[in-house]
Order: sequence, then C-alpha cells, then structure tokens
Amino acid sequence: MGRKILLEKAGIPGIREFSIYRHHGGYGSAEKALIKMSPAEILQEVTRSGLRGRGGAGFPTGLKWSFLDRKCTNPRFLICNADESEPGTFKDRYLMEFLPHLVLEGLIISSFALGANTCYIYVRGEFKTLIGILQKAINEAYQQNFLGKNILGTGYSLDIFVHPGAGAYICGEETALLESLEGKRGNPRIKPPFPAYKGLYGCPTMVNNVETLAAIGPIIEMGGEAYASIGKGKSTGTKLISACGNINKPGVYEIDLGLPVEDFIYSKEFCGGIKDGKRLKAVVPGGSSVPILPAELILRTAGGQQRLMTYESLADGGFDSGSMLGSGGFIVYNEDACIVRNTWNFTRFYQHESCGQCSPCREGTGWMEKVLNRLEHGLGKMSDIDLLASIAGKIEGTTICPLGDAAAWPVSSAIRHFRQEFEFHAEHPEIVRKINHGALVKNQESNIQYR
Amino acid sequence: MVKVTIDNIPIEVEEGTTILNAARKIGGKIVPPAMCYYSKLAGSGGKCRTCLVKVAKSSAKDPRPMPKLVASCSTPVQDGMEVLNITSPEVIETRKAIVEFLLINHPLDCPVCDQAGECDLQDLSFSHGMANTRTIESRREFPPTDIGPFIKLHMNRCILCYRCIYVANQITDKRVHGILFRGDSSEISTYIENVIDNDFSGNMIDVCPVGALTDKTFRFKSRVWFLKPMDAHRQCTKCSGRVTAWMFGDEIYRITGRKDQFGEMEEFICNECRFGKKEFSDWIIDGPRKIKRQSVISASYYENMIKPSVINPIGEIMEETE
Ligand SMILES: Cc1cc2nc3c(=O)[nH]c(=O)nc-3n(C[C@H](O)[C@H](O)[C@H](O)COP(=O)(O)O)c2cc1C
Ligand code: SF4
Ligand code: SF4
Ligand code: FES
Repeated sequence: MGRKILLEKAGIPGIREFSIYRHHGGYGSAEKALIKMSPAEILQEVTRSGLRGRGGAGFPTGLKWSFLDRKCTNPRFLICNADESEPGTFKDRYLMEFLPHLVLEGLIISSFALGANTCYIYVRGEFKTLIGILQKAINEAYQQNFLGKNILGTGYSLDIFVHPGAGAYICGEETALLESLEGKRGNPRIKPPFPAYKGLYGCPTMVNNVETLAAIGPIIEMGGEAYASIGKGKSTGTKLISACGNINKPGVYEIDLGLPVEDFIYSKEFCGGIKDGKRLKAVVPGGSSVPILPAELILRTAGGQQRLMTYESLADGGFDSGSMLGSGGFIVYNEDACIVRNTWNFTRFYQHESCGQCSPCREGTGWMEKVLNRLEHGLGKMSDIDLLASIAGKIEGTTICPLGDAAAWPVSSAIRHFRQEFEFHAEHPEIVRKINHGALVKNQESNIQYR
Repeated sequence: MVKVTIDNIPIEVEEGTTILNAARKIGGKIVPPAMCYYSKLAGSGGKCRTCLVKVAKSSAKDPRPMPKLVASCSTPVQDGMEVLNITSPEVIETRKAIVEFLLINHPLDCPVCDQAGECDLQDLSFSHGMANTRTIESRREFPPTDIGPFIKLHMNRCILCYRCIYVANQITDKRVHGILFRGDSSEISTYIENVIDNDFSGNMIDVCPVGALTDKTFRFKSRVWFLKPMDAHRQCTKCSGRVTAWMFGDEIYRITGRKDQFGEMEEFICNECRFGKKEFSDWIIDGPRKIKRQSVISASYYENMIKPSVINPIGEIMEETE
C-alpha cells in the first residue's frame, strides 16, 4: 500500500461525524495552527511544502497566498472552489463526500493564515448530497467552537457558507465563480485586476481548489519539509487521481507524485491494467482539457525517458509530445476507442459550456463541434481535418479565460497524434456510417438542432 | 505620464491609459479596431478580441514580451512598453481569424439590413477579413423581435458585444435587458418580454456595431448612403439636443447621435429627439456632418477603391482620412 496523507482516514467507519474524526486525531492541526502558530508561520510552512494548486494550473500555493493584498483594509475572503465539473475529474467530490471535516480543517487553517473571516464553499450544483454532508459538518464544527466567534478562545472568528452553483462548468473558473457568487451571470472577468487584489465584492480574495485546501491540515501536522520530501523535484506531496475509462479498477487513488505512469495504469494497487486484456491506446492524463497522448508517449517521453506522474514529466515535450497533470482526471482508452468520437464528445461539452463572452471561444467551439459532428457521422471531407486544426489554433491564446484553450487542446492534440483516424473517417464515410451510429446519421441528415 | 511606442510611433500618455486609447491619441491606421469597447460605457471591452495586439516589451523595468496577444482596450500601458499592431504579422493573422469567427454565425443579409453602409462589421471584414469563407455549416437563427416601441432586434446579426447591455444598465432602467443562455446559444433579450421604455433606450441602436438593433421609425426607409448627414440641434430638456439629422432634400429620415472618428457617439441623446422630432421645423441645422470614420459613407476612406465617375450625392462632405 502506498502512503496516504489525504485519504488516511477515509476508511474509518463514521468518519463523517465530528466525534469520530476528532477521536482519530482530527482538528489537531487546526488547534496547532490557531493556538501555536502565527499566520506568517503557516504561510512559511505552506511555502516550504512546495504544495501546488490542485485545481488544474499547478501554481505554487504558498506563492499565490503571498500575493494576497494585505494592505487593503477591506475584509478578505477565502473561497473553496468545489465546482469540480471537468469531464474525467471526480476527486474533490470524493474528499467532500467521505472526509468533510478534513476539508473544513483545511479551510479553517487557511482562512486564519490569510486573515479571512468569511469563507465560501462554492459547490457544484449537481452535488446535491454533498451540500447536506458539508452543511452537517459545518454545523458540528460550529457546535464544537471550531467555527463561529472566538474560535478556541483565540479571538479569531470565522464563518463558512456553502453556496451551490447552478450547473455551469465555467463557474469553476475563479473570476466567473466570483461573479456567480455575487449573484451575477457567471462570465469570467477580464484580468487584471486579479482576485488577490479585487475579488469578491471588490475585496482581496483567495480562490483555491478543495484538494489544495484539504492538504493544508496534513502539511501543518507533518511540517512543510516532511511534505516536500514526498514526491519528485518541484512536484511535491501526494495527489488524488481520479481514474476512469477502460481500466479494471476505476476510482480515486492517492499517489505519491513521481509514480511512473506505467505503474499507475498496470499495478494492482491502482488501475489494475486495461480491461478485458485489451491494449492501451491513449490516455488523457489530467481531465478533458489537457492534450491526449497515444500509448507510446504516455508511457515514455519522446526522449525515451520513463513518464512519471509529475507536473514536469507529463508536460515534457511541450504540446508536441507532452500533456499536463491538470486536475488529475486520468481517462484511459483501449484499442477499440474511437478518437474522433471522443474528440467530438469533448468538443460538444466545451461548446455547451462556453460562456459566450468572447468571439473566438463562442464561435470557434460551436464551429469545431459542427465539423467534428460531420466527420464522426461520415459526412466530413479530407479538408475538414486541416480546418479543425486551424480553428483550434486560432482559439488558442486569444480568449479571455482558459476555457478557450481547454477546448482547443483536445482537438489539436487528437489531430496531431491520431490524424489517420480522422482521415479514415473522411475517406470511408460509408463504413463510418454503417458501423458507428446509424440512428444519429439519420438524425443528422434530416435536421440536427444545435440549440 | 508614461512613454510607450505603438508600431514604433512614440507617445506620452497618462498612467492607467489603455493601449487602445494611447493608439487613438496617435490616430490613423495604427488604431486597433474595436467592436465591443465603448469609451462612454464603463466596463465595456475585452470581449470581441478584434483589438488584440502584441506587446513586444512589457515595460522599461521588465523588458520581456507578453506571452499572449493582449486586448488593447483593456490592457493599461506601462512606461517603456512597446506595442505592435499593424507591424506584427501575428496580429494581422489573428485579427483575420477573429473576423472569420464573428462572421460564421452572421447572416450576411446586408442587402436588406438597415445598418449596411455604416456597419462596423462590414468595415471590419472589408479591412481585416478574408475574401472567402470556410464554413458550410448552418447558422444560428432567431426570429426578429421588438424591444419596446422603437427598437427592433435581429438577434441573427448580433455579435454579442454587450454594448447595449451596458447602455441598458448604465443609462436606462437597470436589469431589464440582458443576455440569456450561454455560448453560441446566447441571445440578447429583454427580461420576460418587458419592453424597454426609457427616455434613453434609443442609444442602444447607436452603440450597436451591427444591424442587430435598428430604429423602427427608420426601417427600410432608405439606404444610409442616399441620405445627407447634417449636424442639427434643438432645445431639449432631457438631453443636449445635439444630433445628426439624416436628410433627403428637406425631409428628415432619421435622427442619430453624433459619431466621432472611432464610431462612438459624442453624447447620448434622448428618445424624444431621436424618434419624436422628424420635422424640418423641429431642428436648427448647423451644417453638413463630417464623417471621418472608416465607413462606406465616407467613401474616400478606402484609398484603393475605384471611385465612381458620377457625382456622389454626399460628395461635398467627404473628407480624406488617414
Ligand atoms: C473553465 C475552467 C474551469 C475550472 N474549473 C475548476 C473547478 O471546477 N475546480 C477548481 O478547483 N478549479 C477550476 N478551475 C481553476 C480555477 O480557475 C483556479 O485556477 C483554481 O481554483 C485555483 O485553485 P488552486 O490554486 O488551488 O489550483 C477552472 C478553470 C477554468 C478556466
Ligand atoms: S474563453 Fe469562452 S468561457 Fe472563457 S470568457 Fe471567453 S467565451 Fe467565456
Ligand atoms: S444587439 Fe448590438 S449592441 Fe447588443 S450585443 Fe448585439 S451587437 Fe452588441
Ligand atoms: S474592443 Fe477590445 S476586445 Fe473588443
């Protein structure tokens, strides 16, 4: 068994309850942080731990915290980004469902470190059951004086509110999240100003992912240096990976960063190999937004080195032959998977989720979806492939928020690595129509509704 | 004051000025086109991405280039910044792509559109777009709807620049006009069919860069290039009363705000002036309006255009622009 830091207590029966969590050492770090440490010391430990944002971008958390405008006299806010909606990513949900108090403990320490007296958990609206679980845990923490006024007699006060979203992926983007929390339409803001200076209601605000914040408790407990000793290079600590697709054991796994990708896919402890003894075809290693990699490039880099589960190793080779760790949504495809269909599916998602503010993303995602839809249903042409690559290239880097890039990368990487499959679709429309999806073709030919 | 160069032309501007406004101070061809930014509407800009430019040097302190193209309308200048607009092939290429994106769902019904001739999108695609199209897909379709008694919305033509939303929020009753849905199904709508009846709602028509919002009192009356724009004024209790009257002979066909060289209204005007005063006797005519912006109605803007040999009806007011 690998080491567990976040999920250490996940197996204990009844761990959702305060008393049991406390009995197993829970809230020890909160006590330690609030009573024995100063905010600056906590920040120092977090910086030392080398913890990087688990929401997707992998930005060092200590550094991000240090950017928070501490001169401004307005109230400060901490926001826990629990809008997890990226296809393939379901790790935050697991944390909140099984270890709500671990998340709360992280929130309490982080709010104290950042000097925030109000904290919001912006939770994805579809996670209806989690809202109840979180609220119950918050109520318990209030009763036990870990929340509310004058926590543990330290004079520090904190309120935590759970705010459900209304079903938009874009509200996971931090500035769209702030707009949504303010009761407005969830459109990403134009940066700068960054939330650390002008966030919620114009006040300094820190937005962090659930997993990032959940790791704060263990880091305080074990010390930043001990946390940093796990992992490899600048990818320190452990990371939750949500594995799905054609594998024997889909699920959420906690791994030490630095684990070889091959071990993760094939070892019994994790994914347990490809289902039904088939061959591995491709992997999307970090949620639907990151580039897809074919089997040979996910196991080894273009330079022939073993590919590891770290931010650096997965990105090795840039976009030509690399990908990203992203949010840790690990999607595995076997030899039977149709990459064109998969790309179409992802693009449909982005087309549906684009907020529609900026022209490249609004129009480009819809256009790519229509072209991919045609190709997938045997109505495409050879020239559509270059057209797609060109559209994706024009969306990339020209948009307000990274959703545009996230929509473009899967398309450009799929064409880069699996061009022959797109060509097959264009060359053999009869075959594609016959094997694949007769019913949909009929639908497409009559009149497909895009709205 | 900070010093910047745009396409190698140096200029000094106040701190906090955006690249676009610095470029407008220089004027001429190096001004990036802006389809969503409107200097009189707070918060506008950043959406259409036609104004993207390259920052080759961030500032004197930090000489690194910015990694991506930036929206000039919402990026403030820094001392020593070097900006490339028309001198950067990357910018020109990207702008071409943006025009293409703006057009893939646009109906291109210019022959029956009231805006034709003074449409920012027409001008933009003429100057920055490509000659061919790469789309064969069907376009978004919406039925035309009425927004209040004076305004017609053709959602098909809308480029979702949000300007009319800012007008609705900032100079008319708040929050009755907005965007519904998201992505490429977004549409402009007036909350549950509420009509906009506010003295200043007509300004939405003038800020709309395309023919999505048109004047119902002028619809299908005339092509704009057959009319003579005249500066006119009257005593008005609600607004300044300074307008442009679009005339044919002695008849006033329509009233709009006065637009400057960047296509922005100099002042917002009230609905009474715009829709209610169409008699020659209502107005004191100041003289011909000089149209300096990049528009078909100032035909001499396009240097390479072959000018027709017949006398142009608005010939006298045309002026060469840089
Ligand atoms: C379109 C989009 C969706 C996002 N969705 C999420 C999300 O669901 N959860 C999340 O934690 N971060 C999400 N992010 C990343 C956040 O913007 C932000 O970077 C993150 O919450 C920062 O937290 P971290 O520093 O702890 O990673 C999203 C970003 C984009 C562009
Ligand atoms: S990139 Fe897409 S989602 Fe992001 S602001 Fe632009 S339109 Fe909205
Ligand atoms: S109706 Fe006109 S002003 Fe309003 S968003 Fe559309 S294009 Fe812009
Ligand atoms: S004018 Fe700058 S993005 Fe539209």
